[in-house]
Amino acid sequence: MSWVETFRAAAEAVRAHRLRSVLTMLGIVIGIASVILTVGFGQGAQNEVKDEISALGSNLLIVSPGSSTDSSGTRGGFGSATTLTLADTTAMSDRSVVPDARAVAPTVSSQTSLVNGDTNWTTSMVGTTTSWPQVRARSVAEGRFFSESEAAAGADVVVLGPDTVDELFADVPDPVGQTVTAGGRTLTVIGVLDASGASSSGSSEDDVAVMPVASALNVSGSTSTAVSTAYVEATSGATLSAAYQEIDALLLTRHAVTADDADFTISTQDSLVETANATNATLTVLLTGVAAISLLVGGVGVMNIMLVSVTERIREIGLRKALGATPRVIGRQFLVEASLLGLTGGLVGLLVGVVGSWALPALIDQPVTLSLTAAAAALATALALGVGFGVYPATRAARLTPIDALRSE
Amino acid sequence: MSESIITLEGVRKTYRSGSVEFEALRGVDAAIEQGEYVAVIGPSGSGKSTLMNILGCLDNPTAGRYLLAGEDVSSMSETQLAEVRNRRIGFVFQQFHLLASQSAWRNVELPLVYAGVPRADRRARAIAALTRVGLADRVDNRPGELSGGQQQRVAVARALVTEPALILADEPTGNLDSRSTADVLALLDELHAAGRTIVLITHEHDVAARAERNLVVRDGEIVSDEPVAGVSA
Ligand SMILES: Nc1ncnc2c1ncn2[C@@H]1O[C@H](COP(=O)(O)OP(=O)(O)OP(=O)(O)O)[C@@H](O)[C@H]1O
Ligand SMILES: [Mg+2]
Repeated sequence: MSWVETFRAAAEAVRAHRLRSVLTMLGIVIGIASVILTVGFGQGAQNEVKDEISALGSNLLIVSPGSSTDSSGTRGGFGSATTLTLADTTAMSDRSVVPDARAVAPTVSSQTSLVNGDTNWTTSMVGTTTSWPQVRARSVAEGRFFSESEAAAGADVVVLGPDTVDELFADVPDPVGQTVTAGGRTLTVIGVLDASGASSSGSSEDDVAVMPVASALNVSGSTSTAVSTAYVEATSGATLSAAYQEIDALLLTRHAVTADDADFTISTQDSLVETANATNATLTVLLTGVAAISLLVGGVGVMNIMLVSVTERIREIGLRKALGATPRVIGRQFLVEASLLGLTGGLVGLLVGVVGSWALPALIDQPVTLSLTAAAAALATALALGVGFGVYPATRAARLTPIDALRSE
Repeated sequence: MSESIITLEGVRKTYRSGSVEFEALRGVDAAIEQGEYVAVIGPSGSGKSTLMNILGCLDNPTAGRYLLAGEDVSSMSETQLAEVRNRRIGFVFQQFHLLASQSAWRNVELPLVYAGVPRADRRARAIAALTRVGLADRVDNRPGELSGGQQQRVAVARALVTEPALILADEPTGNLDSRSTADVLALLDELHAAGRTIVLITHEHDVAARAERNLVVRDGEIVSDEPVAGVSA
């Protein structure tokens, strides 16, 4: 019996036992689709974090107050321990001390209410220097960023994020030149930022009010010189670690502490990615576990239906042997049948997984990355299960004498 | 005298279920010539079906020798046995044993599939065989859509489609009414007239009387082997 003939017979058998075939394939479809989706979620979350971190800017060092081992000190800002000050960041800007830094942007952040007429919006106010757009890789869509002289004077000017503009100036076609009030001061909107799309720790990077440090202190009525975070751009990727060393040495000297009890933390993007990945690893392990279980459940389903199907058909096997089928031909018949079921189910599962990973992000606001490795592994497993549990009992049955097979029931 | 197609020498069959052994055949010696029409009769449980299954290479004897056309069956490989069943033997079972999901002609073509006959020839030959058993208008019906007699005739068509030298029928009329019985027996007569060797199991004496020779089996042994009265040996 030729392969073509065998394939035709297998296709007919699959069609003849429609319900059973559909049930078998359902197990495979569910198993494969869930593996693709769960692994996709894990990788999607990982990629999202990576994107967020790289959206911070390039060749970036992030200096924050507080030691990395002291969790209570890592939240900077007004009123908390002032272990990183504007004097520190000014010193970092000195090219003779930190030759490998191109630009330093200290930020002083706090939540502030902005008011435009009847509209009131609370956003994060960032006081910084003119280096901020370059270091954070942000650009101005309309208007301009503040100037050195405005920074020095602590002028009442503000550059708003696009989301902030949407909230405050919903009806105004051109917000540049308009004013908002905050902390009793009237600020002139001089520019609107381009959308960055990223969000970090829950707050959108597109909902901000950026202004000179002195202006921000005026708004908040604070005299503190504490810096929330300082962003440092190295001259290149190659000098990143040199810049790290220089800043580390500078701050240790200025604060008169040893490396062991450093009261500041310097992170690189890589170290952030690493930390994020470590958290994500737990998620990935969890999701992979879920995927493995669903594949197992699908596999057990396939196994059951295959075993039942072969047992039901031992008489058919006996009859075929009585009519002249060799055990080999019978083994081949069930191999092709099981592969056909496995492959069809696998492809449908793949389709469901691909469509799901395309449709789900729209529904639940979570990115899903399609993993070819996961898809291939799931497909191979389903195929192996189907074939294994379809062919093994069939070849065993094919070894019975025809009369024993015919009599079975 | 023509050459023996079947030779049995001291054939025994012992069934074992758990620790219980049952000897269904206790040393059977027989020879059947090419072209003979033999009926095997005997009481229920005497070992007729057991004997027939061994003749059809569907089961192996526990002891003794079975020569089919001079060749020792016990020395054949699985593949050779499959070929013997396919080419030389046509089997008609008491329970029909048709594939329920396939139409009449697809059931009949099965032995041709395993014989490697091309697809186009298979359909033509299957339909010719069905025409021969009077089912030309039923080729596309499934077994479930046929009467018992028609199903058995499909089974007969399947047994003769490969033109085997030996046709074995285990109570082919056991489940049929007198009208269908007459049809099937007429078919066997026809095949016999065409030179085929036929071995038929039956309970009914008027069925056995159609054969040339009767083998009487009792308790696993052949107790009588004689030509049917009125037929010259
Ligand atoms: N697979 C088996 N396992 C155990 N005993 C069996 C088996 N098959 C048949 N027997 C026993 O062997 C004996 C002969 O059985 P067999 O089917 O050959 O009888 P038979 O002559 O064909 O009877 P009937 O006319 O009722 O069909 C019976 O006693 C039966 O119980
Ligand atoms: Mg019987």
